[in-house]
Amino acid sequence: MPREERRLTIGEALREAIAEEMRRDEKVFLIGEDIGIPGGFGGAFGVYLGLPEEFGRERIVDTPISEKAIMGAAVGAAMMGMRPVADLQYSDFLFCCMDEVVNQAPKLRYMSGGKLSVPLVIRFPVGATTRGAQHAQSPESYLAHVPGLKVVCISDAYDAKGLLKTAVRDDNPVMIFEHKLLYGSKGRMQAGGLDLTCPVPEEEYLIPLGKAKVRRQGGDVTIIATHIVLYRAHTAAEELAEEGIECEIIDPRSLVPLDEETIFESVRKTGRVVIAHEDNLRLGWGAEVASRIAQECFYSLEAPIQRVATYDVPIPFAPELEQSVVPSAERIKEAVRAALVD
Amino acid sequence: MAASDLNSARLKDMYRRMLVGREFEEQVYFLFLKGTLPGTVHQSLGQEAVAVGVCSNLNRDDYIVAHHRPHNIALAKGVDPRSAMAELFAKKAGCCRGKGGSMHLGDFDVGMVPSLAIVGASLTVAPGMALAYQLTGTKQVSAAFFGDGASNEGAFHEGINFAAVRKLPVIFVCENNLYGASTPYDQVSLVTDIAKRACAYGIPGETVDGMDVIAVYEAARKAVARARQGKGPTLLECKTYRFCGHSRSDPAHYRPKEELAEWKKRDPIKLLGDRMVAEKRATTKELSALEVEVKEQIQAAIEFAQNEPPLELSEALTDVFA
Repeated sequence: MPREERRLTIGEALREAIAEEMRRDEKVFLIGEDIGIPGGFGGAFGVYLGLPEEFGRERIVDTPISEKAIMGAAVGAAMMGMRPVADLQYSDFLFCCMDEVVNQAPKLRYMSGGKLSVPLVIRFPVGATTRGAQHAQSPESYLAHVPGLKVVCISDAYDAKGLLKTAVRDDNPVMIFEHKLLYGSKGRMQAGGLDLTCPVPEEEYLIPLGKAKVRRQGGDVTIIATHIVLYRAHTAAEELAEEGIECEIIDPRSLVPLDEETIFESVRKTGRVVIAHEDNLRLGWGAEVASRIAQECFYSLEAPIQRVATYDVPIPFAPELEQSVVPSAERIKEAVRAALVD
Repeated sequence: MAASDLNSARLKDMYRRMLVGREFEEQVYFLFLKGTLPGTVHQSLGQEAVAVGVCSNLNRDDYIVAHHRPHNIALAKGVDPRSAMAELFAKKAGCCRGKGGSMHLGDFDVGMVPSLAIVGASLTVAPGMALAYQLTGTKQVSAAFFGDGASNEGAFHEGINFAAVRKLPVIFVCENNLYGASTPYDQVSLVTDIAKRACAYGIPGETVDGMDVIAVYEAARKAVARARQGKGPTLLECKTYRFCGHSRSDPAHYRPKEELAEWKKRDPIKLLGDRMVAEKRATTKELSALEVEVKEQIQAAIEFAQNEPPLELSEALTDVFA
């Protein structure tokens, strides 16, 4: 009788990936706030629970509330040959350590003429979760703009394990963006009652950066989406299918490097594109992807490229306002219809 | 000058290395006036004793990280004057292969990462280097060099506090040359002895005469030993002075001429030379001979740098990712 498939949440898959990498390579260590304190919560979203018991607190470096110190330490340790996995409790705190993340990590190899490398991972929880404007942003586009950083967006547990393990082994700074509503903890009604688990093999596997995943096949419209918006795109696609509209959904998985080949191939098939993300609209990564599609697939396009993103406002606290500014399945459906206009 | 049991050979070595820094900076200044070098330059004429006094306590694999005024520090850490000069000439033979330049001078191969030209940045990165040493159990020590200006950056607080609570093997070396660009330090901080801040972090702090290479050497020796023994960081403040402007185009009108003249009386190279002669550890003739030798060495470095081929334009696109 076949063994029942093991299902994990993203949080559990990330934990497993970290544990496997820490077992494999003693150079891997964790650094961040509230990650290993006994009786604490194992990081803001519980990802590190249980790890101090196995690895001890030496390799799980709890820090003061000092984001610059955390990221500076990660950069310094990485240059000395370590492989730090640094934790930023909320991605909004990126702006407290922009110098280390933007001026130091991605430039040191270049400035050294290639004599050193900076193999570090930073984990960024993103997304609006009724915590107001300063614990809600999805700032992946800021970092996708920076030469020398790789940018990964994780959307399910299978990818979480394979992508994080690859990121830890990468010899460059890799920024991993994870949506808070997708970790799989209880009581997240905003996640729309999604089943946030998926089959995750117990054995080791790696997923290369720069390989998009076609998550739904369809011939009418290409939707490119990440994180929770990807799930809303699925909802939209299922409803549209009842009207005979078949959407192809592409999860780019990494913004840098970007799998243009998979995206362009789909666009050449459908001729119609919707790009959807929770990052806000203006200069969000969707603009970059739209521009590349326009340049490379112009003669395949049948209609203007549509973008669905959070409106260009700070994230409001009031739950109904918050949900009205982030992309919904309804807005994605409207965008698909707009893309279908001849 | 401070008391010391350093032998004559060691003193002569420090004297020579200060001369290398001085001559390098003098020549770089002329090259800039002639328009030979691209970019800008932040020089540290007068600050040689800090660089040499600290680096004389470090091994090749004790990595350091400096700031935007790094020439003396790089040379003191062992960067070859030829590859340092080639870097300023933007040549591939440069210690950063022409991609770093003056403000990012450093050579990973001799224990110095590229200098960080964002004020204060060394203070968060050097603890990370020390964290690597602590986690892997090596006996290496890292050092962060920074200026007085950096003491008012948030990085100063975050970096030192983190290093202190973790007892990291790092030394924090403040080159207090009394001015952040044109601004006098007493206009930006009411506590003008930066080392006093060490008590806020529970670590030792010491203010030393940064014109006295032996005083710097002895203070750094204690700090390095403490770090190597796993007792944690030290904040070492070296009171010094730059004999030049902030950057290449700065005539330093904000400083009284008398102040400069007073500090020049305490030129670190002269101080050590006089002492060596007074203690009969060297003759004036020997010191003059050293001077000639160093001048030739720097001239050779300039010729080397000038004769190296320029970078291929394709190099602009390499080394972004490993």
